[in-house]
Amino acid sequence: MAKPDYLHFFIDPNRCIGCQACVQACSECDTHRGESMIHLEYVNRAESVQTVPVVCMHCDQPTCAEVCPADAIKRTGDGVVQSARKPRCIACGNCVVACPFGVPEVYEDRKIMMKCDMCYDRTSVGKKPMCATVCPSQALFFGTREQIEQLRPLSAPVNTFQFGHQTITTQVHIMVPRKLAAVAPHVDVTAAMEEQPRNRAVSLKMVGTPAAAHGTAPVESDPFAEVEV
Amino acid sequence: MAEIPADPLRIIERFGPHLSAMTGARLSTSVEPDRLVKTHCCFCGQQCGIQLKVRDNEVIGFEPWEEFPFNRGMLCPKGVKRYLQGSHPDRLTTALRRDPSSASGFSSLPYGEAIIRVANEIARIQQTHGPGAIGVLGGASLTTEKTYLLGKFARVCLKTPFIDYNGRLCMVSAGAANKKAFGIDRTTNPWSDMVGTDVIWVAGSNVAECSPITTNYIWQAREQGAKIIVQDPRITPAARTCDLYLPVKPGRDAALFAGVLQIMIERDWLDHAFIDAHTVGFDQVAAYCSEWTLPRTAEVTGVPQRALMLAAEWWGTAKTSFLFHARGIEHHSNGVQNSLGTINLVLASGRIGKPKSGYGTIVGQANGQGGREHGQKCDQLPGWRDISNPEHRQYIAGVWGIDEQELPGPGVDAYELFRKIDRGEIKGLLSICFNPKVSLPDNAFVTRCLEKLEFYAAIDFFLNDTAWHADVVLPGSLHEEDEGTVTQVEGRIIKVNKAVDCPGDAREDWRIIQDIAHAIGRPHGFTFTEPREIFEELRVASKGGVADYSGVTYEKITQQLGVFWPCYSEDPRTGVAIADHPGTPRLFEAGSYNPVARGSGPFYFPDGRARFNVADYRPPVDDASDEYPIYLTTGRVVSQFLSGTQTRRIGPLVKQYPEPRIEMHPRLAAKLGITDGEWATAETRRGTITLKAQVVTTIRPDTIFIPYHWAGRKSANQLTVAAQDPISKIPQYKVCGCRVRKADGPPDYDAVLEPQQ
Ligand code: SF4
Ligand code: SF4
Ligand code: SF4
Repeated sequence: MAKPDYLHFFIDPNRCIGCQACVQACSECDTHRGESMIHLEYVNRAESVQTVPVVCMHCDQPTCAEVCPADAIKRTGDGVVQSARKPRCIACGNCVVACPFGVPEVYEDRKIMMKCDMCYDRTSVGKKPMCATVCPSQALFFGTREQIEQLRPLSAPVNTFQFGHQTITTQVHIMVPRKLAAVAPHVDVTAAMEEQPRNRAVSLKMVGTPAAAHGTAPVESDPFAEVEV
Repeated sequence: MAEIPADPLRIIERFGPHLSAMTGARLSTSVEPDRLVKTHCCFCGQQCGIQLKVRDNEVIGFEPWEEFPFNRGMLCPKGVKRYLQGSHPDRLTTALRRDPSSASGFSSLPYGEAIIRVANEIARIQQTHGPGAIGVLGGASLTTEKTYLLGKFARVCLKTPFIDYNGRLCMVSAGAANKKAFGIDRTTNPWSDMVGTDVIWVAGSNVAECSPITTNYIWQAREQGAKIIVQDPRITPAARTCDLYLPVKPGRDAALFAGVLQIMIERDWLDHAFIDAHTVGFDQVAAYCSEWTLPRTAEVTGVPQRALMLAAEWWGTAKTSFLFHARGIEHHSNGVQNSLGTINLVLASGRIGKPKSGYGTIVGQANGQGGREHGQKCDQLPGWRDISNPEHRQYIAGVWGIDEQELPGPGVDAYELFRKIDRGEIKGLLSICFNPKVSLPDNAFVTRCLEKLEFYAAIDFFLNDTAWHADVVLPGSLHEEDEGTVTQVEGRIIKVNKAVDCPGDAREDWRIIQDIAHAIGRPHGFTFTEPREIFEELRVASKGGVADYSGVTYEKITQQLGVFWPCYSEDPRTGVAIADHPGTPRLFEAGSYNPVARGSGPFYFPDGRARFNVADYRPPVDDASDEYPIYLTTGRVVSQFLSGTQTRRIGPLVKQYPEPRIEMHPRLAAKLGITDGEWATAETRRGTITLKAQVVTTIRPDTIFIPYHWAGRKSANQLTVAAQDPISKIPQYKVCGCRVRKADGPPDYDAVLEPQQ
């Protein structure tokens, strides 16, 4: 069976509360019982509680598979990139180095690369991945485009990313705040205690115009331009 | 004698906390469960629906339960890994008796013998010193059936007034304030009402870590245009992206609310029609608030004037709103006043009792709500009846088949109960699912009291830190080994279902209580054969009370996926029986009827009007001073629960947050010469603790934070002060004066103790 093609995976780091329910739930998934394939990263705990869940982005042209000398990484017809196939994987770690999102991991004890399979045992039978089901802030969401548009009018899904000269499109979407809706995150209590908050705006470059995903509110291509970090 | 019978390290070696991990059937992917049991999480007051995978009388995993309307499959890490506590190596499967000759301090004894010993000791103490020489401490994680039975047991079987429960440490301030203002203590709206509201004000609640599912409701409200205001001394994950962050100094909340209300009065951002028609007492509150000028409020609270103005404007001019609060403003010697301050803001805005407009207090423990409605609280009888009210006493005595004269009067709060032990007035103690040695403030005092007891019996499924002092330990039941009802944060009564049987000699807690009653020789009223029977009696006992459960049945709960109380079995207006009352998701709606107001209005007072109460600001007891210049505040982390009896035994949860740390701002750290990860010592008038520092900008520079889930040398409650609110008797966990210095090196315990111990 395959993952229904109207169902998509969306990540909204802005919602993430760092609870690690996703990490704990991932280790319950039948395909890799006991091991979590999600990385939850603090961006900089000294300065913020911002956390980012990292799952495999399921690239349309997966770099991990392209660099794999043993042809161990397969992309299924429904666009899910699988962990390395056991008899083929030589645990060389090429995929680890090549993946632009830092996803695959070689498990030295088992001599195999394992990564997020988008809970293939679940998604291929129409269920949601474990992490997206449990995520209490719904920073991880699995559903249809219509649902996400209705649930997240303030942000838009992006699935095109630029790494140097490489443009990558992915099955997994990152929710990006529409320009006007972006709230500057609070990072230092003293900024809120004093009359004049620090003003350190850093602009992050993003490609792909999320406006297309939503009819109203024109969106500029740099949705983080206003975000203070 | 309740002294610890062996070296604590020996007790830990034998009884844990040891870590449970995924092994055996729980790890295998080829094992199919026999069945899925729909039930609820055993931890926080949100009571998420979950399905447990069961095979061969063992819970081997979980499956999300997406139909359950509150959480729709969502869970926090505790819910995900809760199943790992079943079949745990530390699980008590026999009764234990104190035995200093055994290396671990305890030896097993047959269940029957243990019950007889408990009964004999209770009888002996009561014969010598009177019925009040026995105290009973219950838990707010127990099902409503168990708490009902425990309250009945204390009063009918033991005839002691001295029963209280650990909900005393949780949200009694909110409860007391709710009763003073509304005449009823329940969150007013289902959480779904948050979505679509204009403003959400979160006061003193780290929702992301303490009530994670609530975060989704807030985020969803934000997507629909709500502005979020968060008031907290720390930038919690929910505060990180709020629209307005109010960095209040610990313990200054009542001042903040008074100042904001004053701005609303000055700008006339009030709902006069609502105030006139549905409330009393606004003028006194307005007179009090006039002292709270903007500059004074800003100075006392530490929140800039600009932010206070904005808060008042957003709150004052909104069309719909939701305000909720939790322990951050309630755990104070001024906790009731703080809570009343929030209610005044709500009442002044007139936004209550309507869709998309509500007020809520977030329950901490699983059954914080149901556990305090049906009689284990020292001043309450079932159905929220007042133990001092002759009519109420008469009714319950009738249900229990005793004479009203036989019912004891009001007892004392849980902390006062320990003071009574200290004074030698209470000589024997029976506790169930309560770990005061970790969870009460100034816990060195608690330990001294336990040592003074003539006899102490504890019922629990793990040997918690307090039970180390017990003469007899009775092996109780895990959440998944029994059935019963629980009332969650929204006021929704839900049903916990049994998945597996108790192992070995362990018994369902209600059986243990009844076995003791039989052994004492007073079995009358303790002959229930299943929880359903207890619930049937509870329905009758609650009928006509404010917390009326009489229209609730197990079947209705299952069909409706929960029933909001009050749920009547007869029309309160006419007395005509109704079988299908659906329950009351939203309180105080226009035209709603309640048995107290009898048609005069939606609020639960004879005139049907809500009360404004002057919410007086008082500085905290044991405030920061020259000698102890830093504020200490305490709270939770997401992967641990309460005193850690359960979560410190679940491997993956311990791994997530292995040990407590002292959170401090870089400015403070620099002043003290401490860097991230270094050992630091915090000291208050009561104790000293040495933990690693976590240096982060997300806390006020004048405040440190320590989570309280750990025991012994890592227990934050060595430091906290037992100052209590005069009305609710809640202890002031959330602030005390403290000083911090760099530690000379790692503490002694570092070499011997595992992180979770
Ligand atoms: S995100 Fe990395 S691991 Fe996943 S498909 Fe793309 S390249 Fe491969
Ligand atoms: S479960 Fe959701 S909120 Fe929690 S850490 Fe994972 S992504 Fe973040
Ligand atoms: S601890 Fe609370 S939020 Fe977490 S799963 Fe259990 S009930 Fe839900």
